[in-house]
Amino acid sequence: MLGQVFRRELLLAWRRPGDTLLPLTFFVIVGSLFPLGVGAEPQLLRSIGPGAVWIAAVLATLLGLPRLFAADQHSGALEQLLLSPAPLAALVAVKVLAQWLTGGLPLALAAPLLALGFGLDFADLGVLLAGLLLGTPLLNLLGAISAALTLGLRGGGALLGLLVLPLYVPVLIFGSGAVQAAALGFGAGANLSLLAAMLVLALVFAPWATAAALRISLD
Amino acid sequence: MSEFLAMGGYGAYVWPSYALAALVLGLNAWLPWRRHRRLLRARQARNEP
Amino acid sequence: MFGPTLDRLAAPKFFYPFAGRLLPWLGTLAAALLLLGAGWGLALAPADYQQGDSYRIMFIHVPAAWLSMLTYMVMAGGAFVFLVWRMKLADMLAKCCAPLGAAFTALTLITGSLWGKPMWGTWWAWDARLTSELVLLFLYLGLIALRGAIDEPQRAGRATALLALVGVVNIPIIHFSVEWWNTLHQPASLTRMDGPAIHPAMLTPLLLMIAGFTVYFAAVLLQRLRCEILERERDARWLVELDAP
Repeated sequence: MLGQVFRRELLLAWRRPGDTLLPLTFFVIVGSLFPLGVGAEPQLLRSIGPGAVWIAAVLATLLGLPRLFAADQHSGALEQLLLSPAPLAALVAVKVLAQWLTGGLPLALAAPLLALGFGLDFADLGVLLAGLLLGTPLLNLLGAISAALTLGLRGGGALLGLLVLPLYVPVLIFGSGAVQAAALGFGAGANLSLLAAMLVLALVFAPWATAAALRISLD
Repeated sequence: MSEFLAMGGYGAYVWPSYALAALVLGLNAWLPWRRHRRLLRARQARNEP
Repeated sequence: MFGPTLDRLAAPKFFYPFAGRLLPWLGTLAAALLLLGAGWGLALAPADYQQGDSYRIMFIHVPAAWLSMLTYMVMAGGAFVFLVWRMKLADMLAKCCAPLGAAFTALTLITGSLWGKPMWGTWWAWDARLTSELVLLFLYLGLIALRGAIDEPQRAGRATALLALVGVVNIPIIHFSVEWWNTLHQPASLTRMDGPAIHPAMLTPLLLMIAGFTVYFAAVLLQRLRCEILERERDARWLVELDAP
């Protein structure tokens, strides 16, 4: 059952490359807005680089959150999932995993390229990548809760964003902080460990909370 | 008295703070009170005819 | 010992008159505490060695901050009770808390800004407390927005309850992360008015104001709950009987 859902998610994403490419393009565009907005002075860009890339990643993830449940809700597949014998939390986890593989992971891999535009050097790029590899699944997991709560509501993306951005604040702080700490010579270990710890907690709790939210939204 | 109002030169910050607090507390007390009266009146109006 | 009494109170039918009897006392007490505390804080307490008279904003800012957190805790408690035991009154409690909490948080932020301008020279400083307070405001606004966006009352109550509980887990994490972030970017430069060195002559009015704000919160909450009960239970028999004795 879980394997079926997983394969189906990947198949759907494969058939609709826009679902992957659109947030990715958005990511690059938003990232590019920063130099346009604050000026291209190299020192300045190097200092805002980590934050800018992370913010762009957060916003790009936000863009993709509604599609986690929206298509299934329209087709009625979501109600089916609620009735299936497999635990709902596990099904949610599988859907989020699929969404990360087709959304968050490409984002993380593309980030170092964007970061080059800010003049970050290679060591920092590595920390950025590591942070995003830990952070993007976190963003997807936490975002799923908000997507489930706001299923089918008017106000759509803005409401979803308002609800989930406070959850994203710590992720942003530690992710961006890791790169900044590394750049200052303090080492990224502490920040990355905190991200990892949050990821573990989210893996345990977020699918369960999302499942509860789905039941609330669909009953 | 004018010393009191001046608040050591910080009057422009202190008094608006207290005024805002009075406004916030006052509104949050008055609005439910008004709503309650209206709800009671609406009940009466419905029971009358 | 309190079991049966609390159970009875949980029914809107008993809670409504109970709250009505309690209200005048709470309201008077709150007014007395607030007037006394504010008067003392403005006129009697001595000027601060470092901050002069501007510190008197503390007598508003600190109680407001305290209440902004307390309100969230009360709201989260109501949310939990509603999700687990489906007690309607608990949902009403959570609903009434959100706008109050937002008001206290906004008051905290604005007075913090007014206090900060003469002290730090800017209208806003991204220190740990103010930034966490700002995120708290977003949490409250999110709750209000979510409830407003859902038409079915059952779903609205349960969704906001879940969101409130998610927020409870989130708040300490946010606070920790913002403190962490703050130590990276800005060394502690604020004088801590609520440190152990607070002058006793300043402490009394502060405690009076905190107590006053808290009693005020209870009073206003009860009144809001009464309104909520009138609206939700409008066709209930006990209410109809109340109208025509």
